[in-house]
Amino acid sequence: MEVPILKQGAVLIATFQAALSDADLKHLRIGLVQQVVRFRSRAVIVDVTAMDVMDSFASRTLREIAHMIRLRGAETVIVGIQPEVAFAMVQLGLTLEGVATALDLEEGLAYLNEKFKTTN
Amino acid sequence: MAKREHSPHDSAARKGQGVNLASSEASSELLRELVAHLRQNRTQLREEWVNRIAETRLLTAMTKEEIFAEATLVYDSYVEALETETFEALQAYARNLSERIIPRGVETHEVVGIVLLLRDVLARSLFAKYQANFKKLNRILDAYEPAANRIANTVAVGFVQERERVIRQQQEAIRELSTPVLQVRERLLILPIIGVIDPQRARQLTEQLLRGIRTNRAKVVVIDITGVAAMDATVANHLVQTVEASRLLGATVIVTGLSPEIAQTLVTIGVDLGKMNTVGDLQGGIEQAERLLGYKVATLVEPR
Repeated sequence: MEVPILKQGAVLIATFQAALSDADLKHLRIGLVQQVVRFRSRAVIVDVTAMDVMDSFASRTLREIAHMIRLRGAETVIVGIQPEVAFAMVQLGLTLEGVATALDLEEGLAYLNEKFKTTN
Repeated sequence: MAKREHSPHDSAARKGQGVNLASSEASSELLRELVAHLRQNRTQLREEWVNRIAETRLLTAMTKEEIFAEATLVYDSYVEALETETFEALQAYARNLSERIIPRGVETHEVVGIVLLLRDVLARSLFAKYQANFKKLNRILDAYEPAANRIANTVAVGFVQERERVIRQQQEAIRELSTPVLQVRERLLILPIIGVIDPQRARQLTEQLLRGIRTNRAKVVVIDITGVAAMDATVANHLVQTVEASRLLGATVIVTGLSPEIAQTLVTIGVDLGKMNTVGDLQGGIEQAERLLGYKVATLVEPR
């Protein structure tokens, strides 16, 4: 399944679809980092608004994506986790520790703006 | 076919009669006869019943007119249930009736009481009609009693189920009331918790908070537990999960008002305090929240 990746200046926005298979996720993991390299992006926003389920594999993959992108000197923000999904995740102990999160795309961009301002 | 109940009439009837009591045809015919009798004497029997209700001082919460109106409906439903030997319509009516009278303060014993009174009034009427023919009276009662008992049961259970539903609804309402999520500034929510938190309430709290964070686009939440005396390890874990889940929605949680006992519980269960942002009291919590959000509070005018 193709995941749309949009470029907004120095930020890439990847919108995850509802039913991503493990194979899709693995493909995305390397794919997103390749895009960061290609466009010299400073940050990636992963929008998971459409995901109504987040299992441990998806959660671990998101963390791995964030770590890999950080190795390229870029920031990752996960946005759009639904309340029910967040609740289920913490009950399973999937806390996405070490990865920045924001309510939605707007908040994610605002967070990155702040971050870039202070680090410039 | 309604289940046959054992009654004193049974042994007398069985002893010499040679009538096949298990024959559903005969029984149905008897039921039809008895239903016809109940319909013919409807006005008189209904009045007798209403009088007995007044005598025994039941349904004092209702007016005479209301009792009469309901009595008519109950009588007709009763006879219909006897006739059709199906109880779904009666069940539906019982729940409907309960929905109307429970808010009026009618109690379970009153509802059971009036149904049993009707049962007695109708039974007496049958005794009177068939007193000359003991054999027939027994057969009529064999048909009547199981159905009448089932009716009493259906109405009573319907009433109790409706009461339980109302109680559950009220409990839910109380729970919602006691954990309001309040917006005190743009992007700042306060969740003051008072009283006992059980795992169910903790769960409901978390769900409400997460929905509130999304709706109000909150960036900071202050959870104040000054009003909570104690918390067991399960609930403390729920609190930690609430903090973590809020973070996934992009909100920071500040917990304020931890009592010494609760502080001890949290340390004992080994909560990673690095994950929990805590401040002494609500005032301090709000001040920190405002700092996080970039607010500054200044007095405009010298206080008098």
